[in-house]
Amino acid sequence: MKKIIALFSIIFTIVSCSDDDNNTPNNVPQNVNTTFNFTHNWDGTAVSSADFNNIQFTNANGEEMSIEKLRYLISNVTFYKSNGETIVIDGYNLIDVTNDSELTYTPNIDIPTGSYENVSFTFGFNNEDNYNNNYPDLNSALWNVPDMMGGGYHYMQLEGKYINTIDVETGYAYHAIRAVNMSNAPDLLFQDTFFTVNLGPVNITNNISFNIEMNIAEWFKNPNQWDLNVLYNMLMPNFDAQVMIYENGQNVFSLKNISQ
Amino acid sequence: MRSKFLYISCLIGLIYTSCTNEPADNYVSYSPTPQPLNIPPLFEENIIAPVLPIDNPQTVEGIALGKKLFFDPILSADNTQACASCHAPQNAFTDSARFSIGIDGIAGNRNSMPLFNMAWNYDELFFWDGRVFSLEHQAIEPVTNPIEMHNTWEVVVSRLQQSNEYPELFQAAFGNQTITKELATKAIAQFERTLISANSKFDRYLLGEATLTPEEQNGLNVFMDETRGDCFHCHGNPNNPLWTDNIFHNNGLDATFTDLGLGEISGDPTDNGKFKSPSLRNLAFTAPYMHDGRFNTLDEVINHYSEGLVDSPTIDPLMKKVDEGGVHLTPQDKSDLKAFLLTLSDPSFINNPDFQN
Ligand code: HEC
Ligand code: HEC
Repeated sequence: MKKIIALFSIIFTIVSCSDDDNNTPNNVPQNVNTTFNFTHNWDGTAVSSADFNNIQFTNANGEEMSIEKLRYLISNVTFYKSNGETIVIDGYNLIDVTNDSELTYTPNIDIPTGSYENVSFTFGFNNEDNYNNNYPDLNSALWNVPDMMGGGYHYMQLEGKYINTIDVETGYAYHAIRAVNMSNAPDLLFQDTFFTVNLGPVNITNNISFNIEMNIAEWFKNPNQWDLNVLYNMLMPNFDAQVMIYENGQNVFSLKNISQ
Repeated sequence: MRSKFLYISCLIGLIYTSCTNEPADNYVSYSPTPQPLNIPPLFEENIIAPVLPIDNPQTVEGIALGKKLFFDPILSADNTQACASCHAPQNAFTDSARFSIGIDGIAGNRNSMPLFNMAWNYDELFFWDGRVFSLEHQAIEPVTNPIEMHNTWEVVVSRLQQSNEYPELFQAAFGNQTITKELATKAIAQFERTLISANSKFDRYLLGEATLTPEEQNGLNVFMDETRGDCFHCHGNPNNPLWTDNIFHNNGLDATFTDLGLGEISGDPTDNGKFKSPSLRNLAFTAPYMHDGRFNTLDEVINHYSEGLVDSPTIDPLMKKVDEGGVHLTPQDKSDLKAFLLTLSDPSFINNPDFQN
C-alpha cells in the first residue's frame, strides 16, 4: 500500500512540475541558483593546497615563505537592484583551502533574474553576525575568538613558514579578527575590520556562477608592506596589526569572471 | 558461493514479503530496540551532530553485545587480553603503561589512546596517525595485530559461534545467528559511541553549576591567550566541548623522527612527525602523555610547551619562539594552566556503571 502511495506522489510531483513550467511566461523573473567559486593565486600564479608546505612564495618585503593553512570566512552575499532594493543572503561560508573544502558556496536561496547594480559579500562577519550567535559548524572547526578578546569568530587563518633575517625557517600565523585593544581589559576597545567586497553590476539571466580570486600576495603588500620579521605571530591581540590586515585586505579579492 | 545464494534468497524473500500483505509470521521476528545516543546539552548546543553510520544504528542489544565483546578476552589468541586490558574504564579507556604490552609480552611503540566522544570525530580518522577510517574498521585491527591480541578473525568468529551465549546475542542485535567479524565490530563500535564524557567541573561551570577558582580562571586565560599558552587553536575552547581539533600536527617534540606518524600513512614528507591532537578531557586519568607516552606528568607537558620545543621542518607554525624552546610561561601561569586542565577531567565518566564490566 505504501508503495502505491509513493508511486502516486511521484507521478503527482512530475505532473505538477511540468504544469508550472508550461505556465511561466518568459518576461516574469524566474528564480535561479547562484554559485560563488573561490580560487587563489600569488600575484597571478594559481595556488591550491598542492602548493602548500613548501617555501615557494616571495612576499613584497622580500621574505621567502610557505603556506600551510588558509581558511577564511565570507558572509552576507548581497544583491543590489537599481530601485534601491537589496536581497541579503543571511548566511556564511568557511572556505578551507588547506582541505579543498567549501571552495564553492551555493546559498540555498534563489535569486530572481534581472539586472543588478552590484553584488557584494562581507569578508568575515559584521558585528551583528559575529556576536551573540552560536554557530555549531564554526565551533566544530575551532573558529572562535577567545571570550577575553570579546568572543565571536576568526575572519581568516593564514599560516606557514618564512625565512627570517638570520636564515631560520620560522612559523607565522596571520590571523584576522576584529581589532581589539585589550590594554584596559576587561574594558575592550574595538575597531571594525570586516569589509565589503564589491563584485560590480551583473545581469542575471540564468543560473549563475561568480568566479572570485584571492591574490594571497596582496595581504603582504598594499598599502602596508608587511614585514614578517616583525609581525609573524601573536597578531590576534595586536590592534595595529589587525587594522593593517584590514587595510591590506581591500585589494585582495577580485571578480575573475561570471558564467551563466 | 553459499553466502551469495543465501543473500539472493533473502533478497527475493524480502521483495516477496514487501509486495504482499501477508503477515510475515513464518520466520522469527527480529526487533532490536533503538537506543539513540544520549547527546549532552553542551554538545547539542555548540557543535554539529555526531557521526552515526546509517548501516549501524545504535540499539540496546547491539550496545550490550559490543560491551560484552569489548571486555571479553575471547578476542585474543590465548584468551588473556580484552580491548579493556589496554582501554580500562578507570583510565578513561586508555592504560597507564607507556607502551601497552600485547599477549606475547611484546610492547608496541605507541601509547594507548583514551576512548570517549569518538562519535564526534567528524573526519573519522582513528589512531595517532589517522590510518583507519571509522570505528567499525578500527575494531578489526587490534584482534589481528601481532603485538596486541595476535589472533585471527576466523578463530574469533568460530569461538563466538561455538559459545553458548554469543549466537543468541548476535541474533538479538542483528537478527542473525551467523556471526561475522563485520557484525562483531559493528557491535563494538556501537558500544564505543556510547562512551560520552560531558560532566567535568568545567562542563558544570559552563552550565552554571560550578565556579572556577581564580587559579583555574587564570589557567583558562593562559590557555586562550595567543601570547602565553595559545593552546586553543588546536585543543579548542569553551565553545567546543571536545577539547581537540582531531587534526594532525607536529607539536615540537623531536628534531628527527623515528615514528613518522601521519607521514608514514600519507607518504608525504611534509606530514612527518604529525600526530592527532588528543582531547584534553580526562587528563587526570590518562597519563603518560603524547603518542609515545614520553611525559609522565602534566608538569612535564607544560614545560615542553613552555621551554622544551624542538625545531624540525614540519613543526606547526603555531609553536612560538622555538629557538628559545617556547614562550617561557611564569611558574604561576604554569601551575594555573595545570589547574585549568584538570577541570576538564570527568570522574563520573570513569565511574559510569554503564561502562564497567
Ligand atoms: C595491547 C593493547 C591494546 C589492545 C588489546 C587494544 N588496543 Fe586499542 N589502542 C592501543 C594503542 C597502543 C592504540 C594507539 C595505536 C596507534 O596509534 O598506532 C590504540 C588505539 C585505539 C583506538 C583509536 C582511538 C582514537 O581516538 O583514534 C580505538 C578506537 C581502539 N584502540 C579500540 C580498541 C578496541 C575496540 C580493541 C579491542 C578489539 C582494542 N582497542 C584493543 C592499544 C590496544
Ligand atoms: C599546533 C597544535 C597544538 C597546540 C597549539 C598545542 N597542542 Fe597540545 N598537542 C598537540 C598534538 C598534535 C599532540 C600530540 C602530539 C604527539 O603525541 O606527538 C598534543 C598533545 C598534548 C597533550 C598530551 C595529551 C595526551 O593525552 O597524551 C597535552 C596535555 C597537551 N597537548 C596540552 C597542550 C597545552 C596545555 C597547550 C598550550 C600550552 C597545547 N597543548 C598546545 C597539538 C597542539
